[in-house]
Amino acid sequence: MTHEHDLTCQNIIENLNAYIDGELDDVLCTEIEAHIQSCPDCRIVVNTLKKTIELCKNADSETSLPAETRHRLFAKLNLEDYDKKD
Amino acid sequence: MNENTETFELEALQKRDRAVFAQVLDQNSDRIYRLGLKMLGNVQDAEDILQETFIKAFNNIDQFEGRSKISTWLYRIAVNESLMLLRKRKGNTIQLDAPLETDEGDLIPRQIVDWCCLPEKELMNTETRDHIQEAVKTLSDANRAAFILRDVEGLSTQETAEALDISESAVKVRLMRARMQLREELTAFFAGKMIKETL
Repeated sequence: MTHEHDLTCQNIIENLNAYIDGELDDVLCTEIEAHIQSCPDCRIVVNTLKKTIELCKNADSETSLPAETRHRLFAKLNLEDYDKKD
Repeated sequence: MNENTETFELEALQKRDRAVFAQVLDQNSDRIYRLGLKMLGNVQDAEDILQETFIKAFNNIDQFEGRSKISTWLYRIAVNESLMLLRKRKGNTIQLDAPLETDEGDLIPRQIVDWCCLPEKELMNTETRDHIQEAVKTLSDANRAAFILRDVEGLSTQETAEALDISESAVKVRLMRARMQLREELTAFFAGKMIKETL
């Protein structure tokens, strides 16, 4: 990794979570973005980390409770009369 | 995935109003099922966790004071139930508030490959989905719980900390470890695909 700005690549790793979650103050955020612009390795780490989170979230987005499992849940709790039928 | 509309009457819930119980089930059963599926990796265990969570919640509804969202309270029960089941299987103790490992080596990126340029159909097909599910299973139980709640279910850091009964700083460390480990797993997976394509 290159070291052309005040921040080192190690600084980027230390602040990576907060940067991705938008929890950093504007000054540090700008410095990190400047570093990322000039450091291809850090840019790849940031981009692939963001993409990893996005893919993991999307991989699960279609999971919902199967109808049979839902019926058994309502029955277990003696709430059959409130169970929406298919 | 953010089903955070909590519309029920707390007082009626605490008086064990069945209609309100049913409403809470309707609003939260999908998310608790997903959590069980991700924590335990199979549908039978996920269903057991789902049922146990709501049985415990409704039996102890007087302990819910409405200071947090009911979904956060349910997540907390579900995570504890999941960990108890995993503990039984592994025959050891899993503590979410156990001291964090001091090895920082797992936070250093090892593989630098730009796979973001791959076409969307490569990034999200059945094979990739299966690989992601397997990769999530390789996380430690404590890191997996933090990752699922924060990144998959979309809870805030504070809500995740409440659900896991750990500090916000501990959530952040666990989340970072989980994210970096998953990034390494996916990088190895996609790098392999990119090499195959060039052959």
